[in-house]
Amino acid sequence: MSRQDVLVTADWAEKNLGTDGIVFVEVDEDTTAYDGGHLPAAVKINWTTELQDPVRRDIVSKEQFEQLLSSKGIAEDDLVVLYGGNNNWFAAYAYWEFKLYGHEGVKLLDGGRKKWELDGRPLTTDEVSRPSTSYTAKDADLSIRAFRDEVVDSIGVKNLVDVRSPDEFSGKILAPAHLPQEQSQRPGHIPTAINVPWSKAANEDGTFKSDDDLRELYGEAGLDGSQPTIAYCRIGERSSHTWVVLRELLGHSDVKNYDGSWTEYGSLIGVPIELGTGSR
Amino acid sequence: MCGAPDQSVALPAGTDLTKETVLVGRVLASGSPVAGAFVRLLDGTGEFTAEVVASASGDFRFFAAPGTWTLRALSRSGNGEAVLTADGPGLHTTELAVA
Repeated sequence: MSRQDVLVTADWAEKNLGTDGIVFVEVDEDTTAYDGGHLPAAVKINWTTELQDPVRRDIVSKEQFEQLLSSKGIAEDDLVVLYGGNNNWFAAYAYWEFKLYGHEGVKLLDGGRKKWELDGRPLTTDEVSRPSTSYTAKDADLSIRAFRDEVVDSIGVKNLVDVRSPDEFSGKILAPAHLPQEQSQRPGHIPTAINVPWSKAANEDGTFKSDDDLRELYGEAGLDGSQPTIAYCRIGERSSHTWVVLRELLGHSDVKNYDGSWTEYGSLIGVPIELGTGSR
Repeated sequence: MCGAPDQSVALPAGTDLTKETVLVGRVLASGSPVAGAFVRLLDGTGEFTAEVVASASGDFRFFAAPGTWTLRALSRSGNGEAVLTADGPGLHTTELAVA
């Protein structure tokens, strides 16, 4: 994969709004952001209700994913360009889920909503509707998804990359600082994990750093890209951002996103937890 | 109270200000609120901690911890920074000027 296989620039996006075969999809942490103005012709996916099962704690099933994309008017051969607020956290989460269910043509708008807005590019509140499709997904590609037992077995064996902020990693706080601090989990991190906050991979305007800067970042952090890696955060969205960096931009061959992340791991009975700045 | 954070921006139900350290503020350009600025919270080492979009009235809020924090805003009206020290739990307020 190279950068142009993964990302589109805001310039490219603006020139290709409304092009047949390209579907722009907004996915935001703030699920009301789209309603206040979105890219012309973009449809919305609500990550809380449409990318996750409404009852069980899990991502949507293959069948639910098929229903979702059919209802959004997305076909198997469409190029889907995902974008969102908060530096594309949830757009990256959607990107990972699209890849998981085998959608080949999916890219991220580099910089997401933030760069788009800072550039003063057009936003509209026009209602967007696309004729529904009959989408067929592939079976979930579990080579890019880690579950808790594999994570526990990976302690001291595989690369574990905790992409949360240093204060979350050390156990000082339990959630990013724009959210109330939940108390249901124990604070800390998975032993032997290294802490490379997702934010180090992004520029201030939300775009990804250059490939050279990214290689230097993870090289200095001691991440051996030839070894299997599992990335995690709190609920799996920031680690999707890092998953995109490691697997899609840097081309590491075996990178999984642990979407259960700290809200699952920190609630498990009996698993090892490390506090402080880490042992590696 | 010109420029003071909008106290009508209610904290979530159940926020306990005897335990939580809440940082609130307003983004201003030449004294006027800036809607939709991107406000990030940086810790004492300059490390990114969180980012929010300021409301229509320019207001923003973070749930943090005691310590010294830098708030940095990017907007169409310009960029700016402010430093806020929270010496303990409670509501801590600041203004963040961009130019």
